[in-house]
Amino acid sequence: MIDFSQPTPVILSEVRQLTPTRRELVLNMGPQHPSTHGVLRVRLTLEGETVIACDPVIGYLHRGVEKLGESHRYAQFVPWTDRTDYVAAPSNNLGYVLAVEKLCGIQAPERAQYWRMIMAELARLASHLVWLGTHALDIGALSVSLYTFRDRELILDIFEKFCGARLTTNMMEIGGFSREIPPDLPEMVREFCRYFPKAIRQYEDLLTENPIWLARTKGVGIIEPDVAINYGLTGACLRGSGVNYDVRKAMPYLFYDRVEFDVPLGTHGDVYDRYLVRIEEMRQSIRIIEQCLEQVPTDGPLMAYESQYVIPPHKNVMTTAEDMQRHFIWVIKGFSPPKGEVYHAVEHSKGELGYYIVSDGSPIPYRLRIRSPDFVNLQSLPYMAQGAMLADIVALIGTIDIVLGSVDR
Amino acid sequence: MDWQRLLVSYFVGFVLLNVLLGLMAYMTWFERRVLARMQHRVGPNRTGPFGLLQPIADGIKLLAKEDIVPANADRLVFLVAPLLSFALAPLGAAVIPFGETLHLFGLEIPLLVADINVAVLYVLALGSIGVYGIILGGYASGNRYSLLGALRSTAQVISYELVLGLSLVGVFILAGSLSLQDILREQQRALVIGPLTLPNWYILSQPLAFALFLIAAVAETNRAPFDLPEAETELVAGYFTEYSGFRFSFYFLAEYINMIVVSLLAATLFLGGIDGPFVDGVWWLALKALFFLFFYVWLRATLPRFRYDQLMGLAWKVLLPLALLNIGLTGLVRLWGIGAL
Repeated sequence: MIDFSQPTPVILSEVRQLTPTRRELVLNMGPQHPSTHGVLRVRLTLEGETVIACDPVIGYLHRGVEKLGESHRYAQFVPWTDRTDYVAAPSNNLGYVLAVEKLCGIQAPERAQYWRMIMAELARLASHLVWLGTHALDIGALSVSLYTFRDRELILDIFEKFCGARLTTNMMEIGGFSREIPPDLPEMVREFCRYFPKAIRQYEDLLTENPIWLARTKGVGIIEPDVAINYGLTGACLRGSGVNYDVRKAMPYLFYDRVEFDVPLGTHGDVYDRYLVRIEEMRQSIRIIEQCLEQVPTDGPLMAYESQYVIPPHKNVMTTAEDMQRHFIWVIKGFSPPKGEVYHAVEHSKGELGYYIVSDGSPIPYRLRIRSPDFVNLQSLPYMAQGAMLADIVALIGTIDIVLGSVDR
Repeated sequence: MDWQRLLVSYFVGFVLLNVLLGLMAYMTWFERRVLARMQHRVGPNRTGPFGLLQPIADGIKLLAKEDIVPANADRLVFLVAPLLSFALAPLGAAVIPFGETLHLFGLEIPLLVADINVAVLYVLALGSIGVYGIILGGYASGNRYSLLGALRSTAQVISYELVLGLSLVGVFILAGSLSLQDILREQQRALVIGPLTLPNWYILSQPLAFALFLIAAVAETNRAPFDLPEAETELVAGYFTEYSGFRFSFYFLAEYINMIVVSLLAATLFLGGIDGPFVDGVWWLALKALFFLFFYVWLRATLPRFRYDQLMGLAWKVLLPLALLNIGLTGLVRLWGIGAL
């Protein structure tokens, strides 16, 4: 039992930060600050411009998404996943629906799986574009952000065509997709795949060999491979240090074992390597999308049918009594997955995104836990900030690639 | 007839100041339009044709805004600092020759406000004093971001002032004078190298000094990629974080006027100022200055920002030795009188 009558124990490092010596300055960066990517607050102790201590404070965007998941029916929670990492909403949808499908023991049809891959990779591109734009903007390269947002619009147009929404897409359903793929969508995606490599070259022209960019990113924020593993980093933060771990390769889900792609790895583990890794990941995503477009069947079902866990198709609901009843029950009461617990991870643009669900056999999850990649990755900020300059802090926040909606949940 | 010359000087100064203020307002328009064009945007295009009335709208907006003084600011210093910055900025233009002497109504009207024999030194001195506006404003704001911005600015301007001054020594050696009129007159002579007849612009004989001057001038005016004192992604807005309304606009205007003055100076010192093909005149100066102003915007659209230590390293470890080398070489060439230089 915690004795609340006693004052809360104070951690020693905090004491040091709160009472700086005469040479030190405590700078409170955020939660309102142009480059903390939302509402991250970083408490810095500075000596001149050198960072002595760095203490990220999170929780300013906490909405209790996990708790909401424990009071919503399974299918009702999908829109909430959009709102965790809102720059890559389809990837979040994917992680959740795959976890629920694993729990229920159902699988979406082949065609739906391929389209899920395409959408997840497009979401990765959209997320990486936001990351690249804001990261470059933080370091001072003004124009890159506008170029990346220009190209991200094309991806959002594809999302809009596909599901009607651009940002919080809510596009994936448990069991597949309940609406038909628009007939001109494949061509739209193909057109984007033809265009996008040129755009990547444009960003690289501005940054990759720019001496100022190199000076600002090389040798900054180095994470050694063992440290990265100890911190539990995933995604580009881990692969930038040279550790080969990509959920798509390590635990293939969907049809990632049917497509060819490389996992780019860094060597030094600094900001620059993570930049290169993410740029290369964008190229690989295009490769994956192109292969998916070749392999995806042009017609066939998009929804796992004849299952108590899946919403019946709209046409049958209107024509048959059984499906109308099933639909009614599904909507009003929800479905009850078998008892048990399940963890499913996907390779989100920021790292391993895992959904851990405990089911007690009722239509509402007993426990829903989101392992969000940027929450874990953000831990490494104080480590990377040791001895950094003030200006490096914004580069480091950028290189972790955080979205506060996902960090705080 | 001294009072007459004084009156003429005042008049020219008055005209110049107003032209400069107008130009400055349109510099903001120019920057926004060019930057937008480089970034696949449109830029201001709603206020008047091509958004030409945008600076006026901005001016009215800024003047109408509340003038906020933070509770823990050093009130007097906080209020005076932007005025200091703003008042000193246009003074540099006083020594820049805008043309040959005019003869109107029996009066001799020199097209510059003051022909000082140490004109360049005067401009550099003004730059040094102008920093006080930034330091005092940042210090008096009672904000840590402002303080850091002010500290950065101090260190930056002191370092780059040195490079700026030393890069010009080569020009002084060649021209044998510190007066801008003399330097200009030197450049109006033709430079004959074999069959080629070139203008004797100092960019040709002092390319290294020109490059150094250009870099140092960008740093001196706190523009990208050396805009550390106001680096918005690190220091919110740097030294003018706490300023609002027209006091904010004073800093803003000072920055743009400084850009224009430095561009005029660069055009006069290295590109022959009013000298040009066909008819010499102020239009050549304007064109050359416009090139530099475009260059400023171009840099801002293209380059990331330096880090503080890299900025200082660049000044002291790279630019300063190069400037000294340039002085040495120029001195030797001058001493031995090699070639037409």
